[in-house]
Amino acid sequence: MKINADAGRCVGAGMCALTAPAVFDQSDDDGTVVVLDPEPPEALRAAAEQAVRLCPSGALSITP
Amino acid sequence: MTEAIPRRETRETLPITRERPFDPPDELGRWREEATVRRMTYADGHEGWVVTGYAAARAILADPRFSNRPELLHSPFPNRPIRREDLERMPPGFFIRMDPPEHTRYRKLLTGQFTVRRMKLLEPRIAEIVADHLDAMERHGPPVDLVPTFALPIPSLVICELLGVPYGDRERFQRDSATLLNLETPLDDAQAALDDLFAYLHELVLRKSTEQGDDLLSGLISAGELTDREIAGMGLLLLIAGHETTANMLGLGTFALLCDPAQLTVMRDDPGSVENAVEELMRYLSVVHLGPIRAALEDVEIDGRLIRAGESVLLSLPLVNRDPERFADPTVLDLARSAQGHLGFGHGVHQCLGQQLARAEMRIAFPALLRRFPGLRLAVPPEEVPMRAAMAIYGVHRLPVAW
Repeated sequence: MKINADAGRCVGAGMCALTAPAVFDQSDDDGTVVVLDPEPPEALRAAAEQAVRLCPSGALSITP
Repeated sequence: MTEAIPRRETRETLPITRERPFDPPDELGRWREEATVRRMTYADGHEGWVVTGYAAARAILADPRFSNRPELLHSPFPNRPIRREDLERMPPGFFIRMDPPEHTRYRKLLTGQFTVRRMKLLEPRIAEIVADHLDAMERHGPPVDLVPTFALPIPSLVICELLGVPYGDRERFQRDSATLLNLETPLDDAQAALDDLFAYLHELVLRKSTEQGDDLLSGLISAGELTDREIAGMGLLLLIAGHETTANMLGLGTFALLCDPAQLTVMRDDPGSVENAVEELMRYLSVVHLGPIRAALEDVEIDGRLIRAGESVLLSLPLVNRDPERFADPTVLDLARSAQGHLGFGHGVHQCLGQQLARAEMRIAFPALLRRFPGLRLAVPPEEVPMRAAMAIYGVHRLPVAW
């Protein structure tokens, strides 16, 4: 699983950092998405997928 | 495929009268059974739409073909027509009423201040503010009105400290924002309240330009990217949004819990469930109950209905968050469920900037209140609690409680 994040689309709502804090953080500068673990272990798949679903700006995706 | 509009759908305005305090108007539920995207007449006679389905609302909020610019919107509220002269006086920097890329420019200057991590750092101070207010309630003794003693001052003080707005000035800005959010306020009075609030924040920003502090407004001033009027407009937006919304969640949420002792026990006694519990209260109560509204910039088909360019669309969040297609047993308050994905904070580029702050405040305040006063109860019969039916943010005007 590979995490793709488009910081240009991101609106800094923080849903990803809230939902999957082992995978996502937010920049201190403008709050946009920072991927902590671009290829997270399978155990984090459910949380990562939920973060993708909840993202308000459509900035996240997962490639299998 | 688009359907012809049934005749009976036309010339009907937004139902706002509720039969029960926590449930949206029954008439709106009947509308959803007819169509999740349905015709509705706006106050100026415009034939627009109301959306009551979750999938449709989420799609519209995420779609850049729907605009939030006020000059394109029609108002569903008879006392709140959108007047050109008011638009010209709208504060600069009021980015909730802008589309990208203008919206993006302002929002990005703030998002770094409202991250999950920053809000976590505020938690000890929020807990302290909550404890101070509980102490004061205890000293006063029962009965008290929970709105001015707890629900309103906690988020109000938190946002003041974050922005750098002197809390001692609260009488002025709380009065102005209450006037502004009351949809029965005559338009000229609402505009006067907005002007006064802007003047207050503009004076504050000018004062801060010479005496900087360690706060959000001072940070925007020293960043030097915005005019003092833009900073005042942003401050105005954050000040209103930062206290009215959470205040009403705390007041209405406590009322809902007091009416449902089993759920109250979950919130009070199970610290592991507080995160779900807060999301469920957001879903169940949907305090932003008369909007948001968007205008189509081009023809868009949603749920089989063709929304034409220029038509307004009101998204009824209480209905959307109780869509049986999305949430099982939607009319039941169940703090144990996973209500994630609710649209109580909106969706798309305008999704609530302060949502992580609101979550922190609610996760701390609800359990702290219920643990301090395990015998908390209503001091009046539930039907005597005055509801904020005509306010932009739903809630209780007063909540008399004893313990």
